[in-house]
Amino acid sequence: MFKSLMSWVDDRFPATKMWNEHLAEYYAPKNFNFWYFFGSLALLVLVIQIVSGIFLTMHYKPDGAMAFASVEYIMRDVPYGWLIRYIHSTGATAFFVVVYLHMFRGLMYGSFKKPRELVWLFGMFIYLVLMAEAFMGYLLPWGQMSYWGAQVIISLFGALPIIGDPLTLWIRGDYVVSDATLNRFFALHVIALPLVLIGLVVAHIIALHEVGSNNPEGVEIKKNKDENGIPLDGIPFHPYYSVKDIVGVVVFLIFFSIVVFFMPEGGGYLLEHANFIPSDPLKTPEHIAPVWYFTPFYAILRAVPDKLLGVIAMGAAIVVLFLLPWIDQCKVKSIRYRGTSFKVLLVAFVISFFVLGWLGMMPATPTLTLLAQIFSVVYFGFFIALYFTSKNEKTKPVPERITK
Amino acid sequence: MKLIGRKLLSVILVAFSGQLLAAGSGFPLDKAPVDLTDQESLQRGAEGFANYCLSCHAAEYMRYNRIGMDTGMSDVEVSEKLISTRDAKGEKTKVGELMKVAMTEDYSKEAFGTKIPGLTVIARAKGADWLYTYLRTFYMDDSRPTGMNNMVFPDVGMPHVLWEMQGLQKANFSVETGADGNEKKIFEGMEIVQAGTMSAEEYDAFVGDLVNFMVYMAEPVQLERKSLGTKVIVFLLIFAVIAYLLKKEYWKDVH
Repeated sequence: MFKSLMSWVDDRFPATKMWNEHLAEYYAPKNFNFWYFFGSLALLVLVIQIVSGIFLTMHYKPDGAMAFASVEYIMRDVPYGWLIRYIHSTGATAFFVVVYLHMFRGLMYGSFKKPRELVWLFGMFIYLVLMAEAFMGYLLPWGQMSYWGAQVIISLFGALPIIGDPLTLWIRGDYVVSDATLNRFFALHVIALPLVLIGLVVAHIIALHEVGSNNPEGVEIKKNKDENGIPLDGIPFHPYYSVKDIVGVVVFLIFFSIVVFFMPEGGGYLLEHANFIPSDPLKTPEHIAPVWYFTPFYAILRAVPDKLLGVIAMGAAIVVLFLLPWIDQCKVKSIRYRGTSFKVLLVAFVISFFVLGWLGMMPATPTLTLLAQIFSVVYFGFFIALYFTSKNEKTKPVPERITK
Repeated sequence: MKLIGRKLLSVILVAFSGQLLAAGSGFPLDKAPVDLTDQESLQRGAEGFANYCLSCHAAEYMRYNRIGMDTGMSDVEVSEKLISTRDAKGEKTKVGELMKVAMTEDYSKEAFGTKIPGLTVIARAKGADWLYTYLRTFYMDDSRPTGMNNMVFPDVGMPHVLWEMQGLQKANFSVETGADGNEKKIFEGMEIVQAGTMSAEEYDAFVGDLVNFMVYMAEPVQLERKSLGTKVIVFLLIFAVIAYLLKKEYWKDVH
């Protein structure tokens, strides 16, 4: 019965073919470790955000006079509305946690290197759209931090010469952040950006499956195939990695649930305290800080005394990540066989990212600004030093096959 | 590598567990006695809130009967104890209504120079300890239009509504010259000038109930959230074991 139904479908649509290409006969290296959970987890969080977002949209009102109240209505009067809202707000943070760990994995094992440059580029575009998506979503609760955060970030575009002012006006649809801004951010947040995001995710996965997955050893498994053309060190993604990823999903959901059910405010880092005060264009909050996932870049922005140069530095901090496949010229992929210089640089980079992230949350004092300047130099220094050292790095011999 | 992963996760969790409340005046805050399982305290707090706060401040996202449902009060009790407003038809406000306030925005701007903030979620914005300390540290100050000032909210516009119960107190300051040569006022303590209808302990308990209620009102679902969370996590832990065993079974033949 099922067989004949499937063959009827297959004559008209490549269902079985796609299933095989992407799951049952997609051969992944057998040595994926902890770090390889975060790709599928990112996909899971995307689904969580879309589903919870759809339900929020049913009750939320994108109107300057009603938005704040409608969120509290969801929290009180909508059955399990509080749960949907906390899932969505925690999901935003979870998305960035998972994506940052996913990107770090790529950095560590050289997953962005030839032939996976496009996988990396699509991924970077996903990251970029995700930042826009998160930023616009953060305006919607229409609290003080929503309002003033948007005010500050949009005003950054005003630093650009000539086009600056007309551009900010065009983004806001008004001279200040207002109902017009809220409406357009809502439209972009619930339909435009998610569409782009899904398209990019599909492209990211298709590109990955075209070239095949990298692995912690950085060995190309397609170099050693058996008589049937199956990689000797590969195993079919389904069922091996599908069952393995279920474990990852459940463990992830445990951490996710701890936040959703026991600390949805995340100590004021996920739902900021000031955001429980309705937006007021006449009252600036004492301390405006972006949500944690933007703070490393915000710290770089503030480290530069000139506003325009600061904006350029912040943009460059993201753009430079796109160029990584061409900055890192070392032929060896995995950190396991790379030289000491790379390991030292990577550690410095991670430290600078964390320190900048912390500094971006703090009020700017002279000492902290100096620290931000030092670590901004370390951040960019990573890429510059990598460009010059990676070509002649002292690497270890890479094995032919996956042995561990 | 596995170990690094676990360490990283724990670092991230620890980083998120800290409190990040705007301190404002820097005045040390007293710990508020918050216990959401204490329904009697919540009922007393609700009554205090309705009597002393709700005439000026709205709680415009909260419904009267939700308080009844969560704290074990019947609709009749809710109507008698908490509702004193009338609706557009002149009838007593229904228990299913939102806790709006009779005072208009124009009037409040004229009388207090500002729009009076709604208090539904104020405990999430300011924190329980802030509210608890704020409501107990009004002191006499002739330089202020209301004759009162506050330790945690300097130059606050709100009059000391609860003065009849607390009485009037004076803040004692000593003046010290700092290392930079500037004089600094150091708070020495409060002194009751005119006794109120309550003793200090009674007043603290009264404010404690009030703050307890406001913490509840800011997120009425707190207790349900935590109890559901426990069940969800227990389920996930069991599921994790099963998922792990399934994975182990499948991976037996991978070498």
